[in-house]
Amino acid sequence: MNKPLTIHGANSLRSGPDERGRFGDYGGRFVAETLMPLILQVEAAYKAAKADPTFQTELDDYLKNYVGRPSPLWFAERLTRKLGGPKIYLKRDELNHTGSHKINNCMGQILLARRMGKTRIIAETGAGQHGVATATVCALFDLPCTVYMGATDVERQKPNVFRMKLLGAEIKSVVSGAGTLKDAMNEAMRDWVANVSDTYYLIGTVAGPHPYPAMVRDFQSVIGVEARAQMLEAEGRLPDVAVAAIGGGSNAMGLFHPLLDDVDIRLIGVEAAGRGLDTLEHAASLSRGRPGVLHGNNTYLLQDEEGQIQEAHSISAGLDYPGIGPEHSWLHDIGRVEYVAITDDEALAAFQLLTRTEGIIPALEPAHALAHVAKIAPSMSADQIVLMNLCGRGDKDIFSVAEHLGVKL
Amino acid sequence: MSRIAARFAQLKTQDRGALIPFIEAWDPDAATSMALLRGLPGAGADLIEIGCAFTDPMADGPTIQAAGKRALAAGATLGRTLAMVREFRREDAATPIILMGYLNPILSYGSERFCVDAASAGVDGLIVVDLPSEEADLLLPHAASVDIDIIRLVAPTTDAARLPKVLDGSSGFVYYVSITGITGTRSASADELAAAIPRVRAATNLPVAIGFGVRSPEQAAQAVQVADAAVVASVLIETLAASLDADGRAGPDTVRKVLDQVRALADGVRGARLRDHAA
Repeated sequence: MNKPLTIHGANSLRSGPDERGRFGDYGGRFVAETLMPLILQVEAAYKAAKADPTFQTELDDYLKNYVGRPSPLWFAERLTRKLGGPKIYLKRDELNHTGSHKINNCMGQILLARRMGKTRIIAETGAGQHGVATATVCALFDLPCTVYMGATDVERQKPNVFRMKLLGAEIKSVVSGAGTLKDAMNEAMRDWVANVSDTYYLIGTVAGPHPYPAMVRDFQSVIGVEARAQMLEAEGRLPDVAVAAIGGGSNAMGLFHPLLDDVDIRLIGVEAAGRGLDTLEHAASLSRGRPGVLHGNNTYLLQDEEGQIQEAHSISAGLDYPGIGPEHSWLHDIGRVEYVAITDDEALAAFQLLTRTEGIIPALEPAHALAHVAKIAPSMSADQIVLMNLCGRGDKDIFSVAEHLGVKL
Repeated sequence: MSRIAARFAQLKTQDRGALIPFIEAWDPDAATSMALLRGLPGAGADLIEIGCAFTDPMADGPTIQAAGKRALAAGATLGRTLAMVREFRREDAATPIILMGYLNPILSYGSERFCVDAASAGVDGLIVVDLPSEEADLLLPHAASVDIDIIRLVAPTTDAARLPKVLDGSSGFVYYVSITGITGTRSASADELAAAIPRVRAATNLPVAIGFGVRSPEQAAQAVQVADAAVVASVLIETLAASLDADGRAGPDTVRKVLDQVRALADGVRGARLRDHAA
């Protein structure tokens, strides 16, 4: 068979961001002056940690023995037969400790915060997966933790709220805006600006001011690095298509980044189309947004003609964000990654499909990715391979899914 | 000479500091906001800061967040804010006007077109909260070509090594954010200000204004004893908010109450150095 085409060296798509934290035109550091010195501190500390082999050794040890990495690569045979097309492989990041990919990043950043001598951790969360992962590493390292969560999300993600409280985190319910992830992030930034000396802001996605998009991507790239090796081991070749869901975009960047230079692999990011792309209730920043500045970076945003940010909507609290990581915006513009969108109803159907065919209850976020896999599979052939990131488990979603299905628990 | 430079030069000859009150454009509605703007110079405003509403004001506390929300609900846009300034300039050619806001609405308007339109409306300076010096090249050339000052924020976290970088390309005056925190939450002590302002002064010849946490005539007076100007925002918005009816509409005394408070603050500022000299 043909050797996969891989780009090396100067033409690599993996070399960003530049010194200003830009991926093409996207990214940057758009924060108030009060925060600017802190951002620069985080950048310098991360640079030093990255160059220090003991940091990576320590992180690897925690990832292996605490998080449970590597996560398996599962050949979903029944699903494959059911969809009647390519072989479908699932990267099982829902099997990580805490039930999603979010812990990969939290483990990296908490070690960094400790190196920096920070004694208090703050985070924002949407679905609560990042909040739970942050509360978990804070419990592990005995650091006080405050998690900002939109009031709407507190309501629809109750199990995770309780989980965070059990872990010792303080949950601050944010009522501004629509009470979702965007508003939680505003409030976390406001906390940080008021607590500059002791506090570390542990951002959960590949967005925010530089260096967060690059740093979170690096910590999540363990997904793609493992999956690439596991694919080669299982099939002797790389997949034809790799698919991941996108809210801010961290699980997708983690899967895609190690595969960017394997240019024969079609990479597909799946945004939330909510009630439909032609309604005002979706979260598809790339499909329906345009570039602008929010939360410290220049990226595609859902905004009106005056540059006011619009509320996103998705059945999945983790995708309910009007922006997207800046590297995705760049990959979209250069055409390396295709971005599509899946509605609430399609995601709900995929949620049930995976549960019945593979005995795996997925989170609503990767259910979006799966819905797209189900869409493209019939047009693909049996000798092709699709790799999908199953980035979270669905335990947290069963109550809201029951409600959508009209079931009283 | 720009209006801002002229105003500070004039105040210097009078040996007094400046009061810079803040109002949010279109809060709670266009007419009230315009009446406030018109009344400010007579009430003792030396310069005026006008807030431009944004859905996600990350540096602002609950008071100014609420003001922005009311303004957006009333229909505030950058274009309409510029129209207010144009209207104001028919009667007042001297009082400098500074717009304060966030970057995205400006980008959406078009940075270059915005600077041109702002200058022609009679805007003198811009404070863009989420545009640190590292990213300022997005706006600076467009502002410079129409002689609009880009006023930089300096914070307690801005250390000596960073200060020259922050001040590079700044003009008009320097805005010292006196606390680490969001607007309307707490105030710096006189001692903190006395320690911080000389550090800023040593790095620039521009006038220095103190903002964030200046609430009372006494605090405004303290501010202009160490600096050149005091910016007062949240406390004025609180007064405005308290005068609104249950549906958020302006009351008959909304404008008067806010302007009365500006008068009291102006008295504080004007009395500050006299007391100083007498002591």
